[in-house]
Amino acid sequence: MTTLKVNGHDHEIDADPDTPLLYVLRDELKLNAAKFGCGLGQCGACTVIVDGKAVLSCVTPLLLLKGKEVTTLEGLGTVEKPAPIQRAFIEEQAAQCGYCIAGMMMRAQALLQRTPKPTDAQIRSELQTNLCRCGTHMRILRAVHRAAHLMDTAELTTNGSAQ
Amino acid sequence: MSKSGIIAGAAIAALMGGAIAAFAVVWRPAIETVEPPAPQSFEPALVKRGRDLAAIGNCSDCHTIKGGKTFAGGLPVPTPFGTIYSSNITPDPETGIGRWSEAAFRRAMRSGVDRAGQHLYPTFPYDHFTNVNDEDDRALYAFLMTRPAVRAAAPANDLAFPFNQRFAVAGWKLLFLKGGTYKVDSTQSAEWNRGAYLVDGLAHCGACHTPRNALGAEKASASFSGGDVDNWHAYAINAQSRSPLPWTTDALFHYLRQGWDPDHGVARGPMAEVTANLSSVPENDVRAIALYMGSVFGPPTQDHLDQAEATRADIKSLQAQPVSVQPASADNPGALVYQAACATCHESGRPLPYSGINLRLSTALSAPDPRNAANVILSGIRPVGGERSPIMPGFANSMTDDQIAAVLNYLRGRFSAQPAWSGVEQIVRDARHSETVSLQTAPAPESVAGGSMQRDKP
Repeated sequence: MTTLKVNGHDHEIDADPDTPLLYVLRDELKLNAAKFGCGLGQCGACTVIVDGKAVLSCVTPLLLLKGKEVTTLEGLGTVEKPAPIQRAFIEEQAAQCGYCIAGMMMRAQALLQRTPKPTDAQIRSELQTNLCRCGTHMRILRAVHRAAHLMDTAELTTNGSAQ
Repeated sequence: MSKSGIIAGAAIAALMGGAIAAFAVVWRPAIETVEPPAPQSFEPALVKRGRDLAAIGNCSDCHTIKGGKTFAGGLPVPTPFGTIYSSNITPDPETGIGRWSEAAFRRAMRSGVDRAGQHLYPTFPYDHFTNVNDEDDRALYAFLMTRPAVRAAAPANDLAFPFNQRFAVAGWKLLFLKGGTYKVDSTQSAEWNRGAYLVDGLAHCGACHTPRNALGAEKASASFSGGDVDNWHAYAINAQSRSPLPWTTDALFHYLRQGWDPDHGVARGPMAEVTANLSSVPENDVRAIALYMGSVFGPPTQDHLDQAEATRADIKSLQAQPVSVQPASADNPGALVYQAACATCHESGRPLPYSGINLRLSTALSAPDPRNAANVILSGIRPVGGERSPIMPGFANSMTDDQIAAVLNYLRGRFSAQPAWSGVEQIVRDARHSETVSLQTAPAPESVAGGSMQRDKP
């Protein structure tokens, strides 16, 4: 049994230490925001935040998460109360098929926590590792800028959602 | 004339003589500017040859900033003496070499003096380029003068006294610059000579693979025994090589041409750019380089052959019983990390270059220090835009320094025949620091490939 802290809650997980975090999130905890894309850590669809950093959950085994805190998109906001990053992506209509978007939002969130006012170049450079085949890149760019603005103007709770 | 007068006269004469000699060493005349030659004035075949030579010389790597215009310079090159910025070698008349005549270009290549007569720092490897013959300099000139002109002035160098004095470079040249073009070794084949000409000249392999002395010159007595470049170790590529399987001419050719070899893995770090360039030049030149380097490595020693035998046997036994299914002892955190995070790819048995190499074959794990292995674990192997290329995810955000150090120590003990590394923790911290720096200065996605063509890869 391993204790895994996800979105502020401890979970007892019965899985081998080499089980990828993504499988635990989706299959055990039924947190389905993070997506399985390539399974090789190359597309970014599975991106979650671990201790403030964007991590590819499909290539991160359970073993590496001892004592760390995992945040998934579900931990940022809800349908009723979307986080700034979620609001911004909705307002910019940045999703087409949407498969990559949870990963995009998580990596953008990690960037904004570190760099509250990123430049265009910083956003492009940071999101370079996340692939989108629909081609909504320009909207994603705008959404990240909008999220930065929302975060700057809204009062934030500790988990990143706007009040 | 009194005795003291004679002494004074002699002293003055000696001083004047010294001053004249020093002047002769230091002073170089400016070469007249020319009107930038029209691109059409160069033979297309000459330009094409220049293009291939520039690829062999890896010119774009230093003369192009990440994400910037090709050959426009401005790349900061850290040295023990300070930071030197590469120059703009596009034909821009004001900030590039647009007003350089071919003679001025050839003088820069041969003796490290710019058009205006200023000594150039040896970060520009004219200690090698001095071997390039007139014909090849002409082709390189034709190629560069037909590139798009980019207006970009290089930032001023950031060097401490006395290294910021260009005349100091003249002294350096007296000590370390052996002028003269390549001398053919008539006891060797034409192909071998072609390889030696390229390796010691334009390709300047020793600039990274030969250790440097306190004055930043290559140690002639230690040619190809391994050096440093950026935060990477450039492996020994002579008899001191510690690659688990000995290099053969065929393996060298495959590696240099394709960027990987089944017995040695994939080229990464600064070498990736080199092999990318070599994939697009005439095959004969790469064969010649491989042939010559094969002779530099020399025939493997009995020890190395025995070690290779042991390596092959161990790979067989690994295939029969992979480490990943053996119970790892809980008190070896490195083994646990390897089994959980690394073995799934590195023991997959899929063929290179798209799977993880069997780590028993890894030169990084047999290297004198774990820098390269640490760099790869932290940053992974990024895919190359627009190409099929090897990949590995980086673990910078999911592994702590302690975990990386533990896994490095474990890998060294389990997969290499070499003694344990020391100071692994500090090296991992340093590698993470330079990884962070390089990510902060990472290129914008629209980075331009350095004039290299699509790689011919499997």
